[in-house]
Amino acid sequence: MTCLPTHTDKKLGLVIDLDTCVGCQACVTACKEWNTGGHMAPLTDIDPYGGHVDGVWFNRVHSYEHITEMGGRTVNFPRSCLHCEMPACVTVCPTGASYKRASDGIVLVDEDKCIGCKLCSWACPYGAREFDTDVGVMKKCTLCVDRIYNDNLAEQDRVPACVAACPTSARHFGDLGDPASAISLLVTERGGVDLMPEMGYHPTNKYLPPRAHTQRAASVPAKALEPVRAEGGFLGWVDRMLSN
Amino acid sequence: MHGPPRGANSAPSQRPLADTRAPDEGDGVDTSPSVSDRIAKTTCYMCACRCGIDVHVKDGKVRYINGNNDHPVNRGVICGKGSSGIMQHYSPARLRKPLLRSGPRGSGEFREIEWEEAFSIATARLSAIRRTDPKRLAFFTGRDQSQSLTGWWASQFGTPNFAAHGGFCSVNMAAGGLYSIGGSFWEFGEPDWDNTKYFMLFGVAEDHDSNPIKIGLGKLKARGAKVVSINPCRTGYNAIADDWIGIRPGTDGLFVFALIHELMKAGRVDLDYLLHYTNAHMLVIQETDAADDGLFVRDADGNPLAWDRVAKASVKAIDPEAKPALTGSFEVDGRRCVPVFQLIADRYLDESYAPDAVAERCGIPADTIRRIAAELAHVAFEQTIELPVAWTDWAGRRHETIKGRPVSMHAMRGISAHTNGFHTCRAIHLLQVLLGTVDVPGGFRFKPPYPRSAPPGPKPAGKTVKPMTPLDGMPLGFVCGPDDLLVDEAGTPLRIDKAYSWDAPLAAHGLMHTVIRNAWAGDPYPIDTLMMYMSNMAWNSSMNTVETIHMLTDQDGTGNYKIPFIIYSDAYYSETVPFADLVLPDTTYLERHDCISLLDRPISHADGPGDAIRHPVVEPDRDVRPFQSVLIELGARLGLPGFVNDDGSAKYADYAEYIVNHERTPGIGPLAGWRGKDGTSIGKGEANPNQLQRYIDNGGFWHHDFADDQRYYKMANRSYLDFAVRMGFITEAEPIIFQLYSEPLQRFRLAARGHGRMQPPEAERQRIETYMDPLPLWYTPFEEAVVDLKKYPLHALTQRPMHMYHSWGSQNAWLRQITSQNRLFVHHRTGTSLGLVDDDWVWIESINGRVKGQIKLIDGVNESTVWTWNAIGKRRGSWGLKDDAAESNRGFLLNHIIGDQTSADASGKCYSNSDPVTGQAAWFDLRVRIVKCAAEEAGFTEPQFERFHQPPHFEPLPDKLSFGADFRRAREAAE
Amino acid sequence: MHPAFSVVFFTTATGAGYGLLALLGVLGAAGLVSPDFWLGFVGMGLALGLISAGLLSSTGHLGRPERAWRAFSQWRSSWLSREGVASVATFIPAGLFGIGWVILGRLDSWVAAAGVLAAIGAIVTVCMTGMIYASLKPIAHWHSPYTLPGYLIFSAMSGSVLLNAVLQGFALGSNIFLAFSVPLVLLGWIWKLATWRYNDRLETATTANTATGLAGGTVRTLEWPHTEENYLLKEMGFRIARKHSAKLRRITQALAFALPILLLVAAFAFPWPLAAVLSALAAVAQFAGMLVERWLFFAEAKHTVTLYYGR
Repeated sequence: MTCLPTHTDKKLGLVIDLDTCVGCQACVTACKEWNTGGHMAPLTDIDPYGGHVDGVWFNRVHSYEHITEMGGRTVNFPRSCLHCEMPACVTVCPTGASYKRASDGIVLVDEDKCIGCKLCSWACPYGAREFDTDVGVMKKCTLCVDRIYNDNLAEQDRVPACVAACPTSARHFGDLGDPASAISLLVTERGGVDLMPEMGYHPTNKYLPPRAHTQRAASVPAKALEPVRAEGGFLGWVDRMLSN
Repeated sequence: MHGPPRGANSAPSQRPLADTRAPDEGDGVDTSPSVSDRIAKTTCYMCACRCGIDVHVKDGKVRYINGNNDHPVNRGVICGKGSSGIMQHYSPARLRKPLLRSGPRGSGEFREIEWEEAFSIATARLSAIRRTDPKRLAFFTGRDQSQSLTGWWASQFGTPNFAAHGGFCSVNMAAGGLYSIGGSFWEFGEPDWDNTKYFMLFGVAEDHDSNPIKIGLGKLKARGAKVVSINPCRTGYNAIADDWIGIRPGTDGLFVFALIHELMKAGRVDLDYLLHYTNAHMLVIQETDAADDGLFVRDADGNPLAWDRVAKASVKAIDPEAKPALTGSFEVDGRRCVPVFQLIADRYLDESYAPDAVAERCGIPADTIRRIAAELAHVAFEQTIELPVAWTDWAGRRHETIKGRPVSMHAMRGISAHTNGFHTCRAIHLLQVLLGTVDVPGGFRFKPPYPRSAPPGPKPAGKTVKPMTPLDGMPLGFVCGPDDLLVDEAGTPLRIDKAYSWDAPLAAHGLMHTVIRNAWAGDPYPIDTLMMYMSNMAWNSSMNTVETIHMLTDQDGTGNYKIPFIIYSDAYYSETVPFADLVLPDTTYLERHDCISLLDRPISHADGPGDAIRHPVVEPDRDVRPFQSVLIELGARLGLPGFVNDDGSAKYADYAEYIVNHERTPGIGPLAGWRGKDGTSIGKGEANPNQLQRYIDNGGFWHHDFADDQRYYKMANRSYLDFAVRMGFITEAEPIIFQLYSEPLQRFRLAARGHGRMQPPEAERQRIETYMDPLPLWYTPFEEAVVDLKKYPLHALTQRPMHMYHSWGSQNAWLRQITSQNRLFVHHRTGTSLGLVDDDWVWIESINGRVKGQIKLIDGVNESTVWTWNAIGKRRGSWGLKDDAAESNRGFLLNHIIGDQTSADASGKCYSNSDPVTGQAAWFDLRVRIVKCAAEEAGFTEPQFERFHQPPHFEPLPDKLSFGADFRRAREAAE
Repeated sequence: MHPAFSVVFFTTATGAGYGLLALLGVLGAAGLVSPDFWLGFVGMGLALGLISAGLLSSTGHLGRPERAWRAFSQWRSSWLSREGVASVATFIPAGLFGIGWVILGRLDSWVAAAGVLAAIGAIVTVCMTGMIYASLKPIAHWHSPYTLPGYLIFSAMSGSVLLNAVLQGFALGSNIFLAFSVPLVLLGWIWKLATWRYNDRLETATTANTATGLAGGTVRTLEWPHTEENYLLKEMGFRIARKHSAKLRRITQALAFALPILLLVAAFAFPWPLAAVLSALAAVAQFAGMLVERWLFFAEAKHTVTLYYGR
């Protein structure tokens, strides 16, 4: 049913730290390999060895240059489904294939119902929908719904594949509906933001802005160095230090 | 201080839900599908980082690969390459059977042969070489993680002509460190990620030491430590730096000297540390014409001396009771001498190293240099840390705490790959040591088996080469003076790559990048067979690709190839395979045994040594064999000592048997864990027949955690040094003294001045005198010094993207989607001044040639620098790519325009385009200009090369890939 | 947005078809036309033919057309589903109206009621179609006050021009119908010009800054996640050069508005059969022009996802 639940018990999502992401693509291929055999398998690749290769990926990392009066900065920017609270991709779906789970807020596609009309991809401002031309249905990030509750995995591994892979710990997973959760506290502490808040989709995932060129950046309160004031200059200083 | 063992989700972000029971959603989603039938824990080989991986196998196929939570290298995480291992393993470019060349060399025309035929061809050829002149075999092994085997094999064969790819990768980094502090960045050391407060990252290279650095950076970021990057390019790690310093390529040494200048002037150096752990106080003879000028003053037993300030007399420098002087000029036994530190002060306090003097050349404002120096001083001296752990130093002095200065540094290939790279690496180590930050809490830390004496022994073997006779040691080692060089009386190199010759005296990794030219030219002598493994020398691993391809296929007047025979082993149809006469198809990394040995580059981290194995996860579906096992069988067929029993039978059936049973010296074998018959020893012990199973049971690796008092000051830590002796890392528990002043280098200078038995040829004396400076120095990179800078105003650099760094065969179906075409990145202002806009096609021209590519204007690059992703450009017909693949139509390779030689000097001699000290390939010295190409030239890259024929029985390439559909079908059918 | 022909044709054809159906229904019910077999056959045939062809064409955009029936289920939330329901529902009165007119030869009583219901159904369906586009926030060019009226106006306009051509074809044309059509075409033209003007001056709150959460300054694309084009770029990253777009706008104006007005005005002046020929030409020109207009409707629409790609 593509009407949205009035309330979800949890708001599971990701927090992505743009201050820490180095753009290594670890989350990208970890997502690909888990999901190409997972709930929405396969993530088809068309022309995999040719000049027009085009595959289904649930997570893609862009890079930008953010140039402000304070200077320039390179920003690596992972983009995937934000599991919005008001996901128009769900409400536009004519078949009920797209839905938002009332229990945890994950936005999923029931492939068996999808007619491949692509309207959900038009309705998503973030480009989170991925059409599999070979199968003819829309696919998308499942927030690794087949990992996070999976009894066949060790408890510590029950996180989305992208989070498990991330070598810099730039990706965090948890319940953003619980203000006391570690991930919610992180968002508060670091001033996490919504993407395109003006769209009114209320994304669950949050992004932590880069700290460079801001008050939050690491800095060293160092005083300028002064030449040693000793007779004989530096060498004199060395002698004096050794004699003490 | 050190929490639980370093495993288990060190990525602090990896937190499952408080309650991981699936909610009752009622949407029919299977939230607990079975992932795999079995999990094999082995070691990744998608790059050189040696991470532990869990390979999930389902229905006999690899379903999923994730990081091993308990592994000391990656601690559960995995990189973009590691996760793409599935596509690498199932690549359509995999070789299927041994191949014998049937068409002209370089065409790719082969016929399939059986292994028996392959072995008999190779054995006949190599056996003839060994019977006559073993050095006519050149054996170079590229991205080899089994160098302790391959080097030993070469040694047993009797050829000195062995090396792996270090000569064109990072030997400056290794030698610069090993000759200075007895350890080095990357494999042999790491920053103290848990304690450092100020981290400086030097040099271009997107992802050296992939996951450990990323894990470390994550820790720094989480803690709010400051990250400063010094790099012409603002990509990857540099993107997250708090301070990005877009230095001009090749000037890092100058920048570091300016920092040293500032710190010394301000009295911000750690004198105590210098006295305890370095040779700063050792006395250096100052008698210009003497045969021992610049060497240490020594006593009758050869011990270096220092000047005792209190006793006013010379004393043994290594004497815990001494009160040595660091400055002054003294007379000892009638010899004028000064402490090393006096020389350091004299050099770096000179105004030519003041920030204002270097700012323009470095492209860094002098104020920025002064600020960084002040920050370094502040953190090192005002934010010191003390760990509440007592330890005892080598002299038996007990220290109640471990003191640390939390500044750490790391350097990458951008530092190495210049002709001034060795000295620049030494300069960075000098800076660290002056600040007292080596192997202290918060500083740069050694990974065991390092530190070792600087430089470590032993010396390179190969002075005498005789038929049917092994070398008297391993081919690669560390020279301490001209007498250790591998040259004849006339100064002619004894090795085909001219390593350890006057051209490259400290060539600790050999010079693989010179082998093809030298073998082609017969300089210093012709060879018969070139045997290579896993190194793409006909493409992205060579400089001057176009000419290299010519040399591989060039014939003499009688129709014989100038390089008579080439044997090559590779798992994939790389650009080099078509140039081989005999191809030995290797397995993928999931089909083989390997060992990541303490005898080579292990998986240790600073808190303890470790090593690891690979073991077959799946069986090959092709007629291929692991190269190491093939080499062992070849050794046996050739009857090489060490590979055969007394009765002539093969000593090892395969690599696995070798790993378990081989002993390099009594009790020391390839693996250090579970030694001894019962598997209770570590380091030394008898072979344990169950050793591999113990490794497999433990997750594919062995790791030993140090006691808290062994973790720092390893160069002088009694408890650590004793442990290192027990493990066989070092022979005696003596302190390792950091060599700020390098006596071995001075010995070469003395030879250049006419002293000693071994002296350089007349024309090379000045070069040796200049570059074998015992203190770090800076000079203009060679190409920059000779080309017309008005004509070639730009530096050109390459780096591999993180998701392909150090990766063998990144053209797999997933990774190539991320990058199948490379652009030339040009600074906005530079591009605009040339009238260029995004996506323009340009010629990139150097003195060596030109290559065509497409540009992208950016902000985050030094204005005088252009750069591109390396090894994206591929030759048509290689790597299982279709003819229309972007890699061969729009991707380009900068290697085409990087010269492999310097311009001729006054005597007409051309040197390899390499560092004059170590022979490290100077990839980053390149100077270029860019010119917009004509309209009809746009849209495709040049130069283009003939398409390779495909090997027999290569499957047609698929139009789509639905990997994983089978797993789902099987899963749903089972429901 | 990628101007897929299946969708371009779908909206153009159903727009014209529903316009014609609505007019026929109203005219029939009001007794302004006679229940002539051929008029009914051709008129209703054309209307339902265009609608059916359009709907069939739209399934060409589907990845799994065999499951198209599922699209009727989510009318509570989805404009596309509502459109599907409305379009099918409209077939019932339209069919009855057609049967009454063509087979039974009557336009009174329940047939007239069916005609009115068909007209209402047609208008509702066109509204649903318009709302599919107007409701999409990520596409500011569509998510505008111009979209829904535009769909209705163009539907009425192309329906009236078609109706006029049909009537003229049967020599039933009148200056009243002509006088009805010409201002509608003029209204369409003005509406389109106003829409373009609005779109060209559109400044949305959504920028590369809000898309990435990077506040202040400029955000420039350095590298795409993948070097080749993917689904997002193929479907939503369609780009049209300003020059090309200006040319197509001129063609749209000429074919969809200017030429039909000229031809229709000329039809005032000329007797049958020339007036019929001119009217038919006007309808054909307009249909072609509307295809171009609809192509531009997609091609010029910018989706927010392109911000991520620096397009």
